[in-house]
Amino acid sequence: MRRLAALFLLLACALGMLTALPGAASAQRAGPRLITDLSQSRVDIEYTFAGADIMLFGAIDRASSLRNRQLDLIVVVRGPSHPLTVRKKERVAGVWLNTRSVRFHTTPSYYSISSTRPLEEIVDPKTAAIYEFGIANLHFSPASTERSAQEIQEFQTGLVDLRNRGGLYVENMGGVRVVEGVLFRTSARLPGDAPVGEYSASVFLIADRQVIATTSVPLTVGKTGFEQAVYNFAIDQSLAYGLLAVIIALASGWGVAAIMRR
Amino acid sequence: MDIYLPIAEMSVNALVIVGFGAVVGFLSGMFGVGGGFLTTPLLIFYGIPPSVAVASAATQIAGSSVSGVRAHWRRGGVDPKMGGVLIVGGLVGSTIGSYIFKALKDVGQVDFIIQLLYVLILGVIGGLMLIESVGALLRARTGQAPPPARKRHHGLLHRLPWRMRFPRSGLYISPLAPLALGAAVGMLTAIMGVGGGFILVPAMIYMLGVSTSVVVGTSLFQIIFISAAVTVLHAINTQSVDILLAILLLVGGTVGAQLGAQFAQKLGGEKLRVALGLLVFLVSARLAVELMIRPSELFTVVEGMAL
Repeated sequence: MRRLAALFLLLACALGMLTALPGAASAQRAGPRLITDLSQSRVDIEYTFAGADIMLFGAIDRASSLRNRQLDLIVVVRGPSHPLTVRKKERVAGVWLNTRSVRFHTTPSYYSISSTRPLEEIVDPKTAAIYEFGIANLHFSPASTERSAQEIQEFQTGLVDLRNRGGLYVENMGGVRVVEGVLFRTSARLPGDAPVGEYSASVFLIADRQVIATTSVPLTVGKTGFEQAVYNFAIDQSLAYGLLAVIIALASGWGVAAIMRR
Repeated sequence: MDIYLPIAEMSVNALVIVGFGAVVGFLSGMFGVGGGFLTTPLLIFYGIPPSVAVASAATQIAGSSVSGVRAHWRRGGVDPKMGGVLIVGGLVGSTIGSYIFKALKDVGQVDFIIQLLYVLILGVIGGLMLIESVGALLRARTGQAPPPARKRHHGLLHRLPWRMRFPRSGLYISPLAPLALGAAVGMLTAIMGVGGGFILVPAMIYMLGVSTSVVVGTSLFQIIFISAAVTVLHAINTQSVDILLAILLLVGGTVGAQLGAQFAQKLGGEKLRVALGLLVFLVSARLAVELMIRPSELFTVVEGMAL
């Protein structure tokens, strides 16, 4: 039932985009336009990686009709979505162990939102829900249909809380700075255990509580050189990798013993 | 100094990990055990995923055991024949253990089982060692004669077939007994990420009756092979061996082990056993308390659609 509803929503969105497309093309001259870039289009995870700050900056190309209107910006950086399982520890016969679990189809591995003003001052709850503005509005599409809505909410809150404290879900209201009503910038912090994959940074221009323009730039977070090679080696050639690990361990044990004896 | 671990997929402070290795290495060099029973909980406490901690600790144990065996081999403190039988048993046991580990990981109870095993096994062994060694220390102090050595070949062991001679261990027993012991320890090695020295050493002394002069060396000798096999099995089955993590542990561990071995010579044998018993028992008590108090994080996240 829930899945069906999600499907309908998706269809509706796709239809909306299709009908909006011709309009968007002609509006390029008349309507407002956003120009955006990132300080880096790729975050390299190398051996010294302990997190990174991504700077996002850009400009608002105002249409004449918007000259005197109050504009707001929302910037969302999303990591790749993954299916995952959330487990909860509960007390059973005096000890704490994993008991119940809930699975989710799509959970953003990273989500950061920043805006010019607090969300509720710039968009309606409905708009916020559609665009997934704010951590509370993220759609996780729970897969464990046997669980009650209340239980799913409990696990979702647990997951959000965990990732919030881990710096993976971040809200930074007021974090978008606008200069002269034209130039804007904000930043997003990737923690040291940020997942690898394809990210996207999206900018939403808001006027009169409506999204009037959006733009999106891709961002790749990936291991480089040595780290990627080690990872690939461990996955693709697991036997050779294991043997190499053993050889390194034995050789260093032998070597240190030999040195220390002198 | 932060270093990114490619398999654990997180950055760690390299000096802290090297420090862990050094402290554990020192203790293991002092007591003649691999030290995995300390490394794994320390790594998990630091935030390393348990499966990566277990697999990488096994890699480190292989390295530090080589360091220890080198010294023992030179003075004839290794019984290769006994070691060989233990290894055969250990390989069988660790293969089984590796599959149990994978199955537990799939149902989400691996952390709990690992911790429970630690509490039970460390508690029993630590407690027994404490009772035995404190008794010995008290007797030495009051000048009492030690109780007569226990009969080394007890009934059950005696009745097993195909007896053979292990001259260096001073034994004439069926290889089935060390084979079974090796298998049991190998299974624990794979599941708990421990070398099993702290189980193997007392078991060889009290259950098999192996001559004490070759116990530590032979135990370390078999640990090399078992932990090497466990590393390879984990690499294949769970892909959770982090080679960088293992190297960091080895840097501190191998040096610490040598220093610990030197320090052990200054301390008497009985005091050493009291200290080891106390250490093992305290680790167990700490983990038991941890199981019973409310964890700081109730929720845990696993990638994919697990059960």
